[in-house]
Amino acid sequence: MSEIPAELRYTSDHEWVREEDDGSLTVGITAHAQEALGDLVFVELPDEGRLSEAGEACAVVESVKAASDVYAPVAGTVVAINEALEDKPELVNESPYGEGWLFRLEPDDPRNLEGLLNAQAYSALLDEEG
Amino acid sequence: MVAPAAFFCCLSGECALGRKTPLYQTHVDVGARMVDFGGWDMPVHYGSQIEEHHAVRREAGVFDVSHMGVVDVRGPAAREAMQRLLCNDVGRLETLGDALYTCMLNERGGVIDDLIVYAAEDGYRVVVNAATREQDLAWMRSQGVVGDVTFEERDDLAMLAVQGPGARSQVQALLDEAVVARAGELRPFQATRRDELFISRTGYTGEDGFELVMPAGEVADWWQRLVAAGVRPCGLGARDTLRLEAGLNLYGTDMTTETTPLESALGWTVAWEPSDRDFIGRQALAAQREQGVTQKLSGVLLEDRGVLRNHQGVRTPAGEGEITSGSWSPTLERAIGFARVPADAGDECEIDMRGKWKAARLVRLPFVRHGRIRIDLD
Repeated sequence: MSEIPAELRYTSDHEWVREEDDGSLTVGITAHAQEALGDLVFVELPDEGRLSEAGEACAVVESVKAASDVYAPVAGTVVAINEALEDKPELVNESPYGEGWLFRLEPDDPRNLEGLLNAQAYSALLDEEG
Repeated sequence: MVAPAAFFCCLSGECALGRKTPLYQTHVDVGARMVDFGGWDMPVHYGSQIEEHHAVRREAGVFDVSHMGVVDVRGPAAREAMQRLLCNDVGRLETLGDALYTCMLNERGGVIDDLIVYAAEDGYRVVVNAATREQDLAWMRSQGVVGDVTFEERDDLAMLAVQGPGARSQVQALLDEAVVARAGELRPFQATRRDELFISRTGYTGEDGFELVMPAGEVADWWQRLVAAGVRPCGLGARDTLRLEAGLNLYGTDMTTETTPLESALGWTVAWEPSDRDFIGRQALAAQREQGVTQKLSGVLLEDRGVLRNHQGVRTPAGEGEITSGSWSPTLERAIGFARVPADAGDECEIDMRGKWKAARLVRLPFVRHGRIRIDLD
């Protein structure tokens, strides 16, 4: 079973969300997602300042064989992107919950976070998808 | 050489009900990621597709290719049958064990499959793609019975491809004395055998190496001995990027029953001489050649950032086209692919990537062969 840190929130699209001290949300893809995609070779990130609706595709991660959209987990504004991924997309494979983060969102409404899965629920989802 | 219908099942999907090779459990036991490939549960990688790719370019890797079909064609009319069924001419096979690459065509000149045919003691041995093996056999049996000939599918055999600059010496170290010298003398596209162990100097990676066909019960032992000697297990993911770099077509994506060899950079596999050899598809190909072939298959190098994918749109000053195979080249660290484009297209082109036109260039194949980059990257 892939690593699922207890302190993070998750989406059913295999993204993780970390609430930072300033209220912004860091977003990445889970260890399970990067394993399934295989070696990443290209990451397309949104422009800073972009407004996204919840569920809107705002980044693309591409492995050797497949491209996958990454969705905004909640509505918000992109306030930072992980520029290191431009030259080193493999950081997503090596450190999906750390250096391989994708972008940071300022949520329109912090309460929207409550709609996301906790670690236990995400783990159950993986079991279900088996 | 056969295109996967769905190379990746999905992010979470387990593949069910696929056919399994004798090495299935070996792959699962070492944590291979299994996917459906032409109806077979096959390893796509064992951890890192890119590292497996580099292992084959630099040292040696081993692929389980037991999903491919081995058909033994025997009988007094075997030669006549092959000369009718295949667009390349088995009459060119002078010595026992000699092999050639060919397409099998329908009457319209469309490609039913691509395959390798070897001259055997009592006829020919043919190795066909996994997803097409049943229809190939049905076609051979319906169209190729020109006399006393039989087509036997060898389900009792398994097949490994050992590829890379160090591959042949790794295999030779494991061969017994009776065959090791003969194996060492094989030229490319030649095979030899010792009982049911069949050794050919062929492959699908652009590197030197052997393909080994053997009884299914012996393949796990061969696999383990190769891996113990340092040969890296490689999945179909690396096999795909290796063949793409090497400029080798994949059946089902780069050519199908809807395209002819002349439109698929495979004109060299068509043996027009002797001119009275009436192979299936000849008339259609001759007519197409007469009228002028309007499309060609070309290499594509993406100049912008991103990854080429199958079915992306291509535009050139000469007209539109399509990416037939697109991926990422671990050797070039660039996106590469094949495109079917107008025959008179130059090197300028653009690719439709999610609605944006990206700069690319049509290039001569191969991209990489024998560990060396063969195109100009700048």
